[in-house]
Amino acid sequence: MNASTPTTGELPANGRRAATLEFREVSKTYAGSAEAAIQSLSLTVPAGEILVLVGPSGCGKTTAMRLVNRMIEPTGGDILLDGSSVLLREPAELRREVGYAIQQIGLFPHKSVGENIATVPRLLGWDKARIDARVTELLELIDLSADEVRDRYPAQLSGGQRQRVGVARATAGDPPLLLMDEPFGAIDPITRDRLQNEFLRLQGEIRKTVVFVTHDIDEAIKMGDRIAILRQGGVLAQYATPEELLLAPADEFVEDFVGADRGLKRLALQRVSDVDLWRAPLVRAGQPTSEAHAAIAASEVPYGLLVDDAGRPAGWLDERALALERVPSAAGSPVVTIEPEDTLRDALSHLLQEGVQYGVVVAPGGTIIGILSITLIEELLRREGRLAHEAQDARGTGGA
Amino acid sequence: MSLVVAQGGFFRDRSSEQGSCVQNNGFCPGWIRDNLDRYVGQPLVEHLELVLVSVTVGFAIAFGLALLARRRRWLYTPISQVTGVLYTIPSLAAFFLLLPFTGRGFLTAVIALTAYTLVILFRNITTGLANVPVDAVDAGKGMGLTDRQLLWRVELPLAVPEIMAGLRIATTTTVGLATLAFFAGAGGLGETIYADLRFKSNVVMAGLVAVLIAVVLDALLLLIQRLATPWARAGAR
Repeated sequence: MNASTPTTGELPANGRRAATLEFREVSKTYAGSAEAAIQSLSLTVPAGEILVLVGPSGCGKTTAMRLVNRMIEPTGGDILLDGSSVLLREPAELRREVGYAIQQIGLFPHKSVGENIATVPRLLGWDKARIDARVTELLELIDLSADEVRDRYPAQLSGGQRQRVGVARATAGDPPLLLMDEPFGAIDPITRDRLQNEFLRLQGEIRKTVVFVTHDIDEAIKMGDRIAILRQGGVLAQYATPEELLLAPADEFVEDFVGADRGLKRLALQRVSDVDLWRAPLVRAGQPTSEAHAAIAASEVPYGLLVDDAGRPAGWLDERALALERVPSAAGSPVVTIEPEDTLRDALSHLLQEGVQYGVVVAPGGTIIGILSITLIEELLRREGRLAHEAQDARGTGGA
Repeated sequence: MSLVVAQGGFFRDRSSEQGSCVQNNGFCPGWIRDNLDRYVGQPLVEHLELVLVSVTVGFAIAFGLALLARRRRWLYTPISQVTGVLYTIPSLAAFFLLLPFTGRGFLTAVIALTAYTLVILFRNITTGLANVPVDAVDAGKGMGLTDRQLLWRVELPLAVPEIMAGLRIATTTTVGLATLAFFAGAGGLGETIYADLRFKSNVVMAGLVAVLIAVVLDALLLLIQRLATPWARAGAR
């Protein structure tokens, strides 16, 4: 979904490669607390993927993240970065190799935007020219004008700009792993949506391994290549891709957390172009109606789709309009068009809004690709649900 | 003995001085012009020395104590209490208490004046460090700053406004207290005042110079603070 298929070992365009991250039986109990914050957490994140840690408050998701760069020390187990234990590293040195962005951002108020971004490169001892170039590059990457913003103080930026600078600062040292704790949390929904898209675009370019903490399941589904749902007491409830999570929640807790609308959420993960569309029953004005009837018979749609000379959809024709010998040129009932890049959720919403059964999927060039119908979407959801149940049953018997 | 010496100067015979203004104990610009070196000469230099040395030494000690308390939190309360008690000792008493150990002179006065600055400076430095935004510290630590780097690059720069506020209060307070330093035999503007306590021109002029020192030093510190914290006004624009 977000262009970050597993690319272990692949070198991103300009920078170090991403690292694999492995939690191995990690546990954490805070001193003076009877209950564990994290219990025997084991999971592996392939290099270049986004792991989202999600769950209700108090589930230990932030603790799990902070264990990775040893802001919190585990009481058991081990965390491996590219196969070697983080516990053997000097903490400050380890942290310089792991990007760190938090919800409160924590920009240094006494340093300019440029100096803030340069924090880790400076700690790593880069020379001045390289640091300057890096700061300019990052400011461009996050769509801020370097000349305008570089010498400003954080207090002179908007909330959204500050969040962006926080993310830029976290990636400045070109870390193979990035930790982000609700980085878009304290921000209005519209800006958050934009920052999320921007980060996914950025991630498409830099391909880092990312640990992303959020309490928002929609954000988790949008951002994650893999999602780890934690429940109270730091127990891993399910570790799966967003699709798997929506199709086959492991238990009632996950089902509740994912929400009653997980069918719709699943639709949000798929694009119209991913679907096997119905063939369009194309008819042209002046064509013998026998041919039109044949086209309709070959399609799942009981109407003919009248197209103009350029091949663009002009209207739907029903049986009555096709009673004559030749297809009339009169426009039929109006056509709803859908773009192949739309998500199924948006497409469905569009069809329901227009009050129609069928949408014509039209490529940007104007070519008709096929027909999307509400029935088709229903079938899709049903089929996936059945597959998921079978998979679940198979797992159940296999485990017994 | 010092009091006797001091008292010897309380009443000066002015009958030989020329001019009716002086004899009438008025405010005499002419006399002041002729006797300017009584104020802006040695007494001023001595006074400045007392203030600058005391505040500098006091700042060094308070800074060390504040860093100690940052590392070991439990030390904050005892340090705060001890310096607080020092502050309550009347300055004259402090001078006399020190006489058997350090004798009369500059050192005795500086020890007492330094002791008075400690509580102000210590509390302001610790408050300044405590008020540094926790998320800036967390982010700094998370990006790999060592404890020392965090202190010098993040915490102390952000504590500058509170630290400078403490320095300003300590400095102006010390300018006032230093007028008593002559009881310890350290001279300063106090000596000039007490040398002729009944002569208006003398008292007003010496007092005026003391106020000027306080105002100039305060303005200087404020200027330093502004130059050191350009970021502090950035948000208000």
